[in-house]
Amino acid sequence: MVKVSYYPGCTLKNKAKELDKYAVRCAEILGVEMEEIENWQCCGGVFCDSSDEVATKLSAVRALACAARRKTPLVTVCTACHNVIKRTLHALRYDAVFSERVRNYLGDEAKGAENAEVYHYLELLRDVVGFETLKGKVVNELKGKRVAAYYGCLFLRPGSVMQTDDAEDPRIMESFIKSLGAEPVIYPMRNECCGAYTFFEEKEAALKKGAAVLKSAENFGADLIAAACPLCRYNLESSSKSLPGGAEKKLPVVYFTELLAEALGVKEARYGM
Amino acid sequence: MECKGEALCAEVIRISASDVGKCMRCGKCSASCPSYDEMEYHPHEFAYMVSSGDADALLESDSAYKCVSCLTCSERCPCGVAPSRLVEAFRIIKARERSNAAFAPERSVFDDGEIPGQALVSAFRKFSK
Repeated sequence: MVKVSYYPGCTLKNKAKELDKYAVRCAEILGVEMEEIENWQCCGGVFCDSSDEVATKLSAVRALACAARRKTPLVTVCTACHNVIKRTLHALRYDAVFSERVRNYLGDEAKGAENAEVYHYLELLRDVVGFETLKGKVVNELKGKRVAAYYGCLFLRPGSVMQTDDAEDPRIMESFIKSLGAEPVIYPMRNECCGAYTFFEEKEAALKKGAAVLKSAENFGADLIAAACPLCRYNLESSSKSLPGGAEKKLPVVYFTELLAEALGVKEARYGM
Repeated sequence: MECKGEALCAEVIRISASDVGKCMRCGKCSASCPSYDEMEYHPHEFAYMVSSGDADALLESDSAYKCVSCLTCSERCPCGVAPSRLVEAFRIIKARERSNAAFAPERSVFDDGEIPGQALVSAFRKFSK
């Protein structure tokens, strides 16, 4: 059993429980024990893109330091948390002024944070478990399903820092979908923005952005969309509801962990055959 | 006290650590921007106005708040100018100078009971002005 430190983040413990519980349960089946780190705090949702902003990044530093103390990699499932944590790690490693200011705030609490190793859950599947091993554990193949992976922004950008995959032409989610026995759909809008947090102030504009993603996936023959971020899913679903047509015509938007759980037989088959 | 003129541009450059002088005005940033239609000033204009030393209009405009922080402009900039960091700098300057006006969402957005907490914390950071 490989042990990892798990940072769930604010949304996985309430509105996005399907990301949290299925990720943890499926990891067990795949030989990974996800130990939730103690006293984690919300990452703030968005990385403040300025080198002189320190306080807004301290929660990520604490999570990194905690994983470093445990000597296990830090794993996130929400792509927003992953973005904040990985970019904070990058700043700690390559921005001496930032890391000195972090030490001024946190003292020993920040110790070793720059040595932490960070994985998104999908990277864990690719780099630690291996998609071939995952394929071998699948009991309910999602055969015949055309699944459109939705990357959004935060999983990939900035490409030079995130280094998840090719930021303009990624394959990690498609490889994941293939290993579950489903057919990945490559469509133009898969790494374009869903509207993010602008839903609050620019509702119509946000709905328009989500609708463009849905339309693109539909045009390329998708049966469903798989997302890794709760806000992406919320925006796509809100856009879907705002479009004309009955519920039966809507493209379902699910978390990638739900598909994983179905394929591994820990969740009742709904999207598979 | 609000900074203006060249002092404002210097502050934007300091906060963003963006080398706006490298911009070659190819327009790839604005061509990639998902919020182009909603913006009064577009990503390439942020770069141009900051480098020219007169960006006061950007502080008064709502354009920075139309940005979705998707980072596509910075990803595709061939010169490494990072327009998204310039936009963020304007949001930060406003938040720091006028921090008495925190973001207050309309109650109606919570009506569906589904909106993720993540959206709310992100909006607090981006829309405090």
